[in-house]
Amino acid sequence: MSTLSEGPVARLLREKLTASFQPKHLEVECESHLHNVPKGAEMHFRVQVVSDAFEGKRVIERHRLVNTCLSEELASTVHALRIDAIPTSKWDGQKQEESPTCRGGFGK
Amino acid sequence: MLRLASRQAVGFLRSATYSSASSSPGGLSDEMRKKIDGIVKKDDVVVFMKGTQQEPACGFSRNVKLVLDFHNVKFRDYNVLTDQELREGVKVYSEWPTIPQVYVKGEFVGGCDILVSMHKDGEISDFLDEKGIPNKYGSGGSK
Repeated sequence: MSTLSEGPVARLLREKLTASFQPKHLEVECESHLHNVPKGAEMHFRVQVVSDAFEGKRVIERHRLVNTCLSEELASTVHALRIDAIPTSKWDGQKQEESPTCRGGFGK
Repeated sequence: MLRLASRQAVGFLRSATYSSASSSPGGLSDEMRKKIDGIVKKDDVVVFMKGTQQEPACGFSRNVKLVLDFHNVKFRDYNVLTDQELREGVKVYSEWPTIPQVYVKGEFVGGCDILVSMHKDGEISDFLDEKGIPNKYGSGGSK
């Protein structure tokens, strides 16, 4: 996955997730082009984080850890965040699910 | 550590939240807190979503509805698009930044990613059985 063309918000999410989780594998991708928002918006993201930090934790706890890491962005610019938080021991190269089709969301 | 981090997260959410006339610590008015308490206790399975279960207005909300429908789980839906105060209130109440939000027997379970992953991993039937929610593929459920 090329990081050369990623926007500033994606880059920031990547930095924060790297610092918090020292991931074995990390994917951060803006998905706003799939949603009912202006071109170039950086509001919808998917993140796939593989980390030892998730070992032994229930899925909701793993998601809360990611939410906390990115709480500032979620309280401001990031409108939607799809999370795939995988403990390292359960990682075997599986891909994150595709995003469901946007249904308009009333524009936000 | 997680608890402390969660409080910090609520702090961030608080500053972005709609503030009501009588705010108590936590950025949620007593009135709204009581309202949401009542909602999540009134029905066994509750979903705060965008749109309705007949007409979801968002792909993530629709996915939650599809998972619950697949397992024949009846649920009560609340459309946050028609109630901005509720929309912001549940985010503080649940300490969860996004919609949809699923509650089972008054306990927050998660959003779209979590419901879908519980369904795919086959965990959801056991979970619903444990909570006493009739479901299609559970051991006590209806067929």
